[in-house]
Amino acid sequence: MAAPVTDKRTIEQIRKMGFKVVGDIEKRNNPNIEIPIRALSNIIYDKKTGQLMLGDKTSKRWFFNVAHSRKFMQTLMVMSFTKRLIDEKIHTSIRDMYYNLKHTLPDTNENTFEDQVESDPIIVDVEVALDILREQMHLTTDRKGIVAGNVVIRDRGDSIDWSKLGSGGWSIPSTVDEIDFKSVDAQFVLVVEKNAGFERLHEDKFWQKQKCILIGTGGQPSRGTRLLIQRLNQEHKLPVYVLTDCDSYGLYIYSVIKSGSMSLAHISERIATPSAKFLGLMMTDIYDYDLKKCTIKAKEVDIKRAKELLKYEWFNKNPKWVRQINLMIEKGVKAEIEALSHHGLKFMSEEYLPDKLKKKDFID
Amino acid sequence: MADRKKTAEEMAKEQKEISISEFFEKNKHLLGFDNPTKALLMCAKEAVDNALDACQEAGIVPDIVIKVRQLKDENYRISIQDNGPGVVKEQIPKVFGKLLYGSKFHTLKQNRGQQGIGISACVLYSQLTTGANTRVWSKTEKDKKTHYYELQINTRKNEPEIMKEEMQEPTFEHGTKIEMDVSGRYRKWVEDYLKQTSIANPFAKISYTAPDGTRTTFPRSVNELPKTAKEMNPHPYGIEFGIIQRMLVGTQSRSLVAFLTNEFSSVGNQTAKEICKVAKLDSNMKPADLGREHIEKVLTAIQKVKIQRPPTDCLSPIGKESLEESLKKEFPTAEFVISRSRDPDVYRGFPFQIEIGIVYGGNLKEETIELMRIANRVPLLYQAGACATTEAVKDTDWKRYGLNQQSNALPVGKMILIVHMASVWVPFVSESKEAIAPYPEIVKEMKLAIQDAGRELSRYLSGKRRVGEQKRRILIFERYSTEVAEALSNMTGKEKNDIEKKLKSFIGERVKINEQGEVEGIEGAKDEGEKEAKMPQSTEKKEKPKKEEQQTLKAKKPKEESEEEE
Repeated sequence: MAAPVTDKRTIEQIRKMGFKVVGDIEKRNNPNIEIPIRALSNIIYDKKTGQLMLGDKTSKRWFFNVAHSRKFMQTLMVMSFTKRLIDEKIHTSIRDMYYNLKHTLPDTNENTFEDQVESDPIIVDVEVALDILREQMHLTTDRKGIVAGNVVIRDRGDSIDWSKLGSGGWSIPSTVDEIDFKSVDAQFVLVVEKNAGFERLHEDKFWQKQKCILIGTGGQPSRGTRLLIQRLNQEHKLPVYVLTDCDSYGLYIYSVIKSGSMSLAHISERIATPSAKFLGLMMTDIYDYDLKKCTIKAKEVDIKRAKELLKYEWFNKNPKWVRQINLMIEKGVKAEIEALSHHGLKFMSEEYLPDKLKKKDFID
Repeated sequence: MADRKKTAEEMAKEQKEISISEFFEKNKHLLGFDNPTKALLMCAKEAVDNALDACQEAGIVPDIVIKVRQLKDENYRISIQDNGPGVVKEQIPKVFGKLLYGSKFHTLKQNRGQQGIGISACVLYSQLTTGANTRVWSKTEKDKKTHYYELQINTRKNEPEIMKEEMQEPTFEHGTKIEMDVSGRYRKWVEDYLKQTSIANPFAKISYTAPDGTRTTFPRSVNELPKTAKEMNPHPYGIEFGIIQRMLVGTQSRSLVAFLTNEFSSVGNQTAKEICKVAKLDSNMKPADLGREHIEKVLTAIQKVKIQRPPTDCLSPIGKESLEESLKKEFPTAEFVISRSRDPDVYRGFPFQIEIGIVYGGNLKEETIELMRIANRVPLLYQAGACATTEAVKDTDWKRYGLNQQSNALPVGKMILIVHMASVWVPFVSESKEAIAPYPEIVKEMKLAIQDAGRELSRYLSGKRRVGEQKRRILIFERYSTEVAEALSNMTGKEKNDIEKKLKSFIGERVKINEQGEVEGIEGAKDEGEKEAKMPQSTEKKEKPKKEEQQTLKAKKPKEESEEEE
């Protein structure tokens, strides 16, 4: 990705907003910033693209409104901060930003930001208001997610070979826009929910044997991880398979990778991978691979959540999903990826996964 | 019958008259000398009360000087000097050396002292605790010499004993000075008492020197004496059997009608005849002929006949304006001072009048309010719990007036409340005159006065809150404008100061406090602070994976957007 181009656009968006607000002041209009609403009421599921999207409702943040004024100021401060980052060509964490912008307002005991909890949502407000990504604002978060495979990339001038990182794998940064893929030698991408699962497959050299790229998300995937999955899928046409625990949370992680999440509905388009397929662990696998002894009794909340999943269009339109989820509710059990170790520690990498891939036993 | 230890005859020999001085010698607490910390205060109080009464009666604007000096450990010397009319030579020993000697007991007139016990009780206490003589200087006229006495009280006889008597060269124009040595413990109470006395007597100048040498002067805030309270005859509604009996003996009137008309207030010929008629007594009956049953009949008739209220010119209230001036002088930092003076009312035939003062804010702390109780311009410092004022204050719902209050307690707030009762006869719960007896008529009148003042306070407080709130709102915009201008300057490359100037002038134009003290021109001014709906969390860091994503889309109730939708 050509960073300078996006930087130029980001700067332009910020300048436009600045001139608009200054214009408000000069024309004696109540200064305001228009921001698309991110509340649930404005989140819709776009059937065509298979993604969660923001609707077109917007709200205005006014300067002359005692309830808005503080946030109005904070929003402009974050925009201005972003421009400084781009001007100075540096990246920083959202926490750094919080500390950098935090100071006491003159003659008061009020701070510009009291807590990071206050500055974080403003970042998202700026994203949606200016139609830019946080990554484009040069803001980063902690690294989360690991990747390994026969891939060589270029990151800030350095060449990194994902196949030569020993036991660790490459930590996925929060900003992956700016990395360039030099060579990608793989047939598909396998995303594993759990770091333990990733470790097992990595040690078993699964990615080498199966010619794939292995990604561990460590729970709900970060934005960086999701964007990386999307880029591998779109730029290199690699199919994406997802392996999670067999419970409603696992299914939702899959759903977030595929359709985007509600809290980040405004950027689904840019980080979701609608063609991602669910590989396992399926309810039916429990019976097909004789894992009945290794199930866990589902809690009430698991069942409740599963019933909720059935209400989502992107699950209930597919009979295969309805069958899996109903089975989960009916049997009242769930299972972890680690249950596969019941048949031996290498069972997952040597039997279960090759078998599933061969049978193309996926759910879309 | 078993053996008796004593016979009635033997016992009779032991019985003898007890002198009033002996009685109080053993019952010091009845006069307020129940603990050593109160002794100095009682002396100051009795002497100052007398001085003020004397000056007022003589039409002299009082100038009082009090000095307290420590002699050793718990022995103090206290002197009180006034610029009053002085005491004639012959009277000096009795006024200071005999208990229950006074001019005020038999009259119905608003006075500070009533019984004639006060100052002689102090003399008695001084003599009991230190054995020292009490020194009195009195000078009645400019050209005369000063009479000097050293006195003790013969407690057996309740008579003064003159230990020394001489004429001295005058050191002051006229007035009385008394000096006593008493044992006691020094507390700030003397100052508190003098301060409150100054509030209740704005025409008096009081100077005080404490044992450590600190001098305090409470200047006068008005220069004229209040109008003199008139003496009044008793009103029939307040009369009791014994009193009427005594009055019948002393009267010069020749008939019952004349007796009723001459000796009572508010009783004219008509009313007097009406009483006689209702009592079924001959209106020409000679007062001397009225027996027990006749008196009973008169008393019963009095209650049945409608009699005019007593005159109120016998009262000398502090006055609304004077009280307010006085409070402003005493509490120069107070934010808000008001006073209320109710119309006179009557309890049991005695006219009385309630006055209220409120001092709010300034240096005062947010704590249980200070209640200053004053009766006939004399501060009451003890037995607050038994006092009618306390009952009236506790019984008022202060929350309605913007103060905090636990049930059945004094309210909490930055406030001093002054309650003054002026009356020809203040009903005290004890001889030490520390608490007003909570007669329902009195408590009710106090409550009405307090409520009236409370409403004014609440108007002030709510206005203050409103203006404060509006100012806060304007400040919000001003406070944020610097940051906004700085951000916009960086975003647009325009001059920061220029943007800030424009924004601030915009605030000035747009946000105005109108005459009602309301801010115009801002949205959300009526909002109760921030109501903005919680937006879904946005960053990975906060994305505790599973929980937050749990809401179903179906179950989406539009979350309230506080920012106005376009």
